[in-house]
Amino acid sequence: MFENLYLVYLAPLMGVDLILQGLFIGALFALIAYGLALVWGVMNVKNLAQGDMVILGGYISYQATLWGYHPMLAMPVAIILMFGLGWLIYALIIRRVVDRDMFTSLLATFGLSLLIQQVLNLIYGPEVKVAESGFGNFQLDTFIIIQNVRLYSLLIAGALAIAIVIFMKKSRMGQAIRATAQDARAARVLGINTDRVYAFTYALNASICGAAGVLVAMIWVIQPYYGIVYSIRAFIIVTAAGLGNLPGVILTGFGLGAWENVAGFMFGAEFAVAAVVIMLVLVLMYRLLQSYRVRQVVR
Amino acid sequence: MNSSQPQIEVKSVSKSYGGVVANKDISIRVPHGRITGLIGPNGSGKTTLFNSIVGYHPIDSGSITFEGQEISTLRVPDIARLGMLRTFQQTRIYKKMNCVQNMIISVSHRDEGFGGIFKQAKDRETEQQAEELLNFVGLYQKRNLISGDLSFGQQKLLEFAMALMNKPKVLLLDEPTAGINPTLINGLIDRLKRANEEFGITLFVIEHNMRVIMNLAEEISCLAHGELLATGSPDELQNDQRVIDAYLGAH
Amino acid sequence: MTSARKLDLRVYAGLILFGIITPILFPNYTSQVAVMWLMVLMAVTWDMTGGQMGYNSLGNVIFFGLGMYASAVVQISMFADVAEYTASFGAMYVEFTEVQYFTGLALGIVVGGIVATLFALLIGPFMLGLRGPYFAIGTLGLAVAVAELIAGWGYVGAGSGISMPVYPGVAGESTFVWYILMGVTALLAHLFVRWLYSTQFGLAMNAIRDDEDKAEAMGIRTTRYKVLTWAASAFFLGMGGAIFGNMSGFIEPLEVAFPTATFGIFMVAMALLGGKGTLWGPVLGAILFHIVKEATWTYLLGWQWVALGAIIIINIVYFQQGILGWAQDKWPAAFGLTVDRGPGDQPTGDTRPEAAE
Repeated sequence: MFENLYLVYLAPLMGVDLILQGLFIGALFALIAYGLALVWGVMNVKNLAQGDMVILGGYISYQATLWGYHPMLAMPVAIILMFGLGWLIYALIIRRVVDRDMFTSLLATFGLSLLIQQVLNLIYGPEVKVAESGFGNFQLDTFIIIQNVRLYSLLIAGALAIAIVIFMKKSRMGQAIRATAQDARAARVLGINTDRVYAFTYALNASICGAAGVLVAMIWVIQPYYGIVYSIRAFIIVTAAGLGNLPGVILTGFGLGAWENVAGFMFGAEFAVAAVVIMLVLVLMYRLLQSYRVRQVVR
Repeated sequence: MNSSQPQIEVKSVSKSYGGVVANKDISIRVPHGRITGLIGPNGSGKTTLFNSIVGYHPIDSGSITFEGQEISTLRVPDIARLGMLRTFQQTRIYKKMNCVQNMIISVSHRDEGFGGIFKQAKDRETEQQAEELLNFVGLYQKRNLISGDLSFGQQKLLEFAMALMNKPKVLLLDEPTAGINPTLINGLIDRLKRANEEFGITLFVIEHNMRVIMNLAEEISCLAHGELLATGSPDELQNDQRVIDAYLGAH
Repeated sequence: MTSARKLDLRVYAGLILFGIITPILFPNYTSQVAVMWLMVLMAVTWDMTGGQMGYNSLGNVIFFGLGMYASAVVQISMFADVAEYTASFGAMYVEFTEVQYFTGLALGIVVGGIVATLFALLIGPFMLGLRGPYFAIGTLGLAVAVAELIAGWGYVGAGSGISMPVYPGVAGESTFVWYILMGVTALLAHLFVRWLYSTQFGLAMNAIRDDEDKAEAMGIRTTRYKVLTWAASAFFLGMGGAIFGNMSGFIEPLEVAFPTATFGIFMVAMALLGGKGTLWGPVLGAILFHIVKEATWTYLLGWQWVALGAIIIINIVYFQQGILGWAQDKWPAAFGLTVDRGPGDQPTGDTRPEAAE
């Protein structure tokens, strides 16, 4: 642990590299968290299958490479396929748990998460896979080497986020979603078909996850059971930033990405996941202490 | 205890939510062993004041003391264990337990020792006390029903009985007659008075029903727009032009 | 009351009889049934917080795994150096005498329970301050974190795990020892919760489940009840983990000790299947779940885990009250719940008859 710290001391630019790399991946985390916050805020469902949907998107791009296409081409396919799948999942499962207590939706999506993991495991096996992008690197300095794919994914994540925000502001459906998020009953009274809004929201989230997954498969490796960590990252970001706080989500996403990269380097790769999950516990504890100060509880 | 010292003293308490001022510089004294009323139109800040007193949120400024002890920074369970309980506007009971169980678990937790919590639930003495109080509010025959199956009015009575079971020094009641069948209101007023006289519990009551509160309370405070408008006996308030204006909506 | 008590005694007698006869008549199934007792233990301890108190933990495997690791460390450290032992990846063979082995085992199981309890007491005040989904996600995160930390900790063998001391007696005999230990622990756990639910403590747990804010407003020391309940469930689960670790012979963090995706979710599913928040629901759920799982597993040709996910979803979405919960709704009288009796019965104490509504 201290050897690595010393390395950074010897070459401070290495630290810059670490943080920079972290920021690039942080954009992806923020995108995934935004999807979670959308579903959470609009329909009050805590989607524990979030990470598994990301991994599912990753396998779509991996499948594209198996068939000899470039993984980036899988992006629109993943968006469309995941949208359909999200709609189907809503119709079969989520519709029936939307109005129930929150543990029900949490557990139902946890079951869904197991289901996705196992289906992927059956089809692709438990080995790690990668969707080779072949984009190469570019070098700013001896110590600052950046994979081009990370740069592209930052740009794509940004573009997707902007597209979604514009959609939410301008389109009919976007306005209906925001109205439903504020007060579902009032929206229903005013003639908004909230069932359709919910279905669309969940499907949109699945699309976001799918797109993020395509990028994840190019940057890192994917494996059927890696989803849970993405779910936890998304929960950390949403819990820390709060619902409906887009700038907060983006900032926290960047922060988490940087922390993870730095912590993984300092404590060793085997503790990278632990560093993320412990961050979740810390964020929850922070919220708890904050609420004690105002004589309240975290719910 | 010094009898000139009020049981609850609220001194220039202010509380705002964001930009909305819910309570502004309010001072109220609730004397020992009496029934004190709190009235005011909807949105005048009555429930906010209640919540401040029993510890649901911090206050912005001012002080709240209970028998001389500052309580404005304590949390709900600590305040409850001092002997100050509140009932809720939206009745809250343990809906999946039966009435007797609801009563038994409502015993005072003030001086409970560590071993006491492992006492058998079906303790004869406690059960008898529970049944007596259920009888007092007229729910004896429903005692073995799951409380969630009771009607709204019955749930309200049960909540009141649970509060009595706790043997509090002060009971804060948030609209005790709201949602109760009008024919039963007189019975409820009678029981509230008896709780005050026989059990010696100080009552501090929010009430919308003017007839009820004028009947019940010895001293009443009236809030409007988050400010204290007037304090006095029922007669004084009934003839106070500011109070009448506040209720008729003339600002 | 007394009829419920009689029924309880009969069920206990039946289960104990079944527990004694099974290994005699079907010795080949002994280890499967031992695992079934473990499942019962898991469902019953999960239900203490999940069903009776409304705190749905997704991370109770922490206690299971901690108990397992604590017992392993104790058992090995009595007669060998743990770091050396684990570093050899099972190559270092320590010959335990029977006396050494059994004292180590007994101590290991007790320490396993105690370590799990201490951990629950340590994290309880913080984690149990979180409500609803935050608690569920927080405990899940904590379980993953503990698993990852142990997977990176060289002293206990990191990701490659620990080979447990080998049972010194006759081959095949050990199965019966694990069977008895597991069965007795499950029975003790159930007797304990049966007693606990009959006390004021049990009522307080239910009060917290029904309306925690109200419980606080009534002055109930909710944190104390919550932490103690979790600690008690951790104690039994820790012992179960210690026994299971010895039964498996080899332990490692992700699949055996802290399996959030198998045992971690099994306990929830079993309690829900049988009916959470009831005394016998988790037992019934665990037995049914285990029998169905063992009977069908091998025929599902790799799809069993997919089927499991589907079963959990269906259970939660369509049949959340569980078997006993459903029965309780249908025949409330059989469960000692009273429906409106109407007037007629008089109070026991000396009370003034009041006009009821």
